[in-house]
Amino acid sequence: MSGKEYRTITDVKGPLVFLNKTEPVSYGEIVQLMLSDGSIKNGQVLDTSDDQVIVQVFEGTASVDRQTGVKFLGDVFKLPVSKGLIGRILDGAGRPRDGGPDIVADEMADIIGAAINPYSRQSPESFIQTGISAIDACTSLVRGQKLPIFSASGLPHNDIALQIARQAKLVGSDDDFVVVFCAMGITAEEYNFFVHDLERTGALENSALFVNLADDPAVERLITPRLALTAAEYLAFEHDYHVLVIYTDMTNYCESLRQIGAAREEVPGRRGYPGYMYTDLAMLYERAGLVKGKKGSITQFPILTMPGDDITHPIPDLSGYITEGQIVISRELHQKGIYPPINVLPSLSRLMNAGIGDGKTREDHKSVSDQLYAAYAQGRELRGLVAIVGEDALNERDLQLLKFADIFEDQFLRQSRDEDRSISEGTLDLAWNLLSNIDTKYLVRLDQKWIDKYHPTEKSSNEEE
Amino acid sequence: MSKENGVIYRISGPVVTAVGISPRMYEVVRVGDEGLMGEVIELHGDQSVIQVYEETSGIKPGEPVIRTGQTLSVQLGPGLLTQIYDGIQRPLPKLEETMGVFITRGVDADGLDLKRKWEFNAVAKKGDEVSSGQVIGKVQETETIEHRVMVPPNVGGKVKSIKSGTFNITETVCVLDDGTEIAMMQEWPVRHPRPFVQKYAPDVPLITGQRILDFLFPLAKGGTAGIPGPFGSGKTVTQQQLAKWSDAQIVVYIGCGERGNEMTEVLDEFPHLIDPNTNKPLMNRTVMIANTSNMPVAAREASVYTGITIAEYFRDMGYNVALMADSTSRWAEAMREISSRLEEMPGEEGYPAYLSSRLAEFYERAGRVETLSGSDGSVSVIGAVSPPGGDISEPVSQGTLRIVKVFWGLDAGLARQRHFPAINWLNSYSLYPQALDQWYRDNIAPDFPEVRTEISTLLQIESELQEIVQLVGSDALPVDQQLTLEVARMIREFFLQQNAFHDVDTFSDLDLQYHMAKAILSFQEEAKKAIAGGAQLEDVVNVPARTDLMRGRFEKGYEEKISDLVSEMNKQIDASMEAN
Ligand SMILES: Nc1ncnc2c1ncn2[C@@H]1O[C@H](COP(=O)(O)OP(=O)(O)O)[C@@H](O)[C@H]1O
Ligand SMILES: [Mg+2]
Repeated sequence: MSGKEYRTITDVKGPLVFLNKTEPVSYGEIVQLMLSDGSIKNGQVLDTSDDQVIVQVFEGTASVDRQTGVKFLGDVFKLPVSKGLIGRILDGAGRPRDGGPDIVADEMADIIGAAINPYSRQSPESFIQTGISAIDACTSLVRGQKLPIFSASGLPHNDIALQIARQAKLVGSDDDFVVVFCAMGITAEEYNFFVHDLERTGALENSALFVNLADDPAVERLITPRLALTAAEYLAFEHDYHVLVIYTDMTNYCESLRQIGAAREEVPGRRGYPGYMYTDLAMLYERAGLVKGKKGSITQFPILTMPGDDITHPIPDLSGYITEGQIVISRELHQKGIYPPINVLPSLSRLMNAGIGDGKTREDHKSVSDQLYAAYAQGRELRGLVAIVGEDALNERDLQLLKFADIFEDQFLRQSRDEDRSISEGTLDLAWNLLSNIDTKYLVRLDQKWIDKYHPTEKSSNEEE
Repeated sequence: MSKENGVIYRISGPVVTAVGISPRMYEVVRVGDEGLMGEVIELHGDQSVIQVYEETSGIKPGEPVIRTGQTLSVQLGPGLLTQIYDGIQRPLPKLEETMGVFITRGVDADGLDLKRKWEFNAVAKKGDEVSSGQVIGKVQETETIEHRVMVPPNVGGKVKSIKSGTFNITETVCVLDDGTEIAMMQEWPVRHPRPFVQKYAPDVPLITGQRILDFLFPLAKGGTAGIPGPFGSGKTVTQQQLAKWSDAQIVVYIGCGERGNEMTEVLDEFPHLIDPNTNKPLMNRTVMIANTSNMPVAAREASVYTGITIAEYFRDMGYNVALMADSTSRWAEAMREISSRLEEMPGEEGYPAYLSSRLAEFYERAGRVETLSGSDGSVSVIGAVSPPGGDISEPVSQGTLRIVKVFWGLDAGLARQRHFPAINWLNSYSLYPQALDQWYRDNIAPDFPEVRTEISTLLQIESELQEIVQLVGSDALPVDQQLTLEVARMIREFFLQQNAFHDVDTFSDLDLQYHMAKAILSFQEEAKKAIAGGAQLEDVVNVPARTDLMRGRFEKGYEEKISDLVSEMNKQIDASMEAN
């Protein structure tokens, strides 16, 4: 499309370009900047009026000058979508990065994505077995959920995400997941780690990658996840795929958002992040789910690193308010040498209840998971007390709980990177074995009927009667 | 009214500036070639600033802006119940019909089905003198709710004719002497409270079936409550529990800027849940508003007004209405987002300076009132608050706490221990017990208030003892204090904890709550006696019948069994004394 070319730039500020004397330009319209050296930059209209248009430039404004030509392309940002996206690697703006041909579009899809009508959603309720006990037992994942990993620098969140991507399956079904992977500002090293693993396991052919690395334009990061989700929606809702979207690192995304806000001199919300960050994040996270009448699904695994390991920082905080739970990675467990270092206490799966129980996982699952939590939480708390008063001051119950916390970390949480535990024999039976270290009279969260049926020692005494 | 046409001058996200029209504040206008709905929120020289209720991308300066002469209003009449709306009262099922599963834009939809016929039974007669708010006829809107058709506000006179029969909601059912025609539907501007005669002080509890709420921190019918808490602490589950089990006659549930799946959950569940008060599906009494986090923020801002206006309308019929808004923080953020686009001078944390007055005005619309027709109706408002980082020193929490009379403080630490509902019993409060105590004495038990005081005192004492335990361990305490700790543990684990997802435990009526509390006090008393008589604390605490009593609450028919279970427990405690 060839629109008129304007040379009316008045101001350049951070990633923003201001120009005047244009014909009417639409809000959200895509823009091309023609620099004097012949290079081209891309952008999008953020504010438009008769007098002034503000453009956000994805590649940054280096070398832009008043003579730079500006063309409005007459349309909002669209991604060419087709099944041909599977197996491809694209850059952060949706162009091939793998040396392959352009995507032949079946359709041009608006990347902002319309909201799913809440009335048209279908409740997610199919349990996904990840083979990781901490997740399967305590923060069970279901198909169509958005469950972020709250991590911090130097922790093995990438290993966990990849292990999930490798092992995730629906029990009793051989539907496979297609992985849409979205990198935002991660290092080339991290990126290679992902790609090699996907290659090693053959998953790469079944994946679509959208990649913006640390040295790629920062503002471009604002569109990369939208491209990835647009691809995911197309694959899920037009072609019935079950799509697993992994995106990393949301923290970099939010930094770019803050950068734009600052350049616009907006009144900031908490800690300098824009007041609309909640809404902006929701427009990504809420693109997970199932809808009535469509077979496919979108399950999201956003990864974010908590600045300063602080869960109350606006990035994890606003994320947690939108996502359907969170898996929290703990530095303390990592330092103890436990993999996966998942701290189940602040972790949560809000959709767990719908996905577990009789006919889905096992009838005793809820009870067992409640009891594991309670016992581990109390055990951990007692560690603090013991540090002050010593074990002698503890009564029998407390001693058992204290010991349990260690056993839980060492035997339940700890597993190897390629250990794929089944929910029933691998995870829940293991939980019963470990819980049997505590007297049943202290196991108040367990229904008696499950004790009679599953408790390794109580059940046998029951059978002898 | 003049219907001039203007044009768009500027677009910045959900905020559009128009020139060439001079609308009134809060007038609804149509924006752009697609005629998107918007509302005038600021007048500035010859510019009118409009918040647009739909996505604005692709719209250009120069496109038309058309006045409608109306302010943002809702349609009120039969057909509200069981419906689910977006923030500006567009029925979501209707949007699905016209747009498919994704919400696109530029589609209008009436809030009520204008074609559907209802059976109207006149109760006013020819010659009656009628005035605003008076009930002139009835419609069985759902199995359980009778819709009372009222004379619209600012209308009145002598009935010239009125007829029973089958009508749609815009057909005239009644004509007054001066020729005024009255239909079943009326409209009301959402930003104006509906009129009533006077407010009464609330003196009847809103019974929720949630033990910690009803027993320790009760809400009155017509009262206000705030539930602040960090994510994952239980705001939504608590709100949904109230929507399910509270003994209101009408429930308005507003999902304001929260998750889509939570609304789906309500939609899936409510038609199958049976209202303990009517034995009919809960859906019959429910109106839902869903403007989720990814839907336009301007419509989110409007959603709480749409909801409360519908609530007031049912109040005016003489019903007890309960309204839940999850979450009011998202509403406040919508205000903040719009305000910053207007480049208004920000107050604290970027919120507009008028935040606290908007909050106050909203909660002021709650209350128990004498309606225009002389009946008694109420709107109870329960607002969830989502403080950043769980820190309630922020403006929305503080603005809310200054107004509401009940504070249910959710606690991340309790949620982490899976102590649910994670309401902190030490810092939560209700200002209603005094006003409600007479009701409890008359309707539940003469000593109800005293039992409550004993229970909360035990919890206070426990927290003091815990401080000592943290230093020296519990074994170092004298045995009577160790017993107090056990009793308090029983209060927490048996009484305060309540599993919303357990078929039986999810709801306890007030009688049962009282008996459970008495059972705890009875344990305390027997245990004291037994220990004084030489029994070991360990033995007393571990009598099997106490475990049976505690586990029994998960079984059906518990209310019939509880007194036997208590006697058995007491007997075994006595026996533990002899064993020594
Ligand atoms: N009363 C309750 N009973 C059982 N579980 C609860 C209860 N309240 C909260 N929960 C648990 O806590 C999780 C988070 O609760 P939710 O209400 O969604 O939190 P919030 O709205 O504050 O983010 C739920 O998914 C559920 O697992
Ligand atoms: Mg919530």
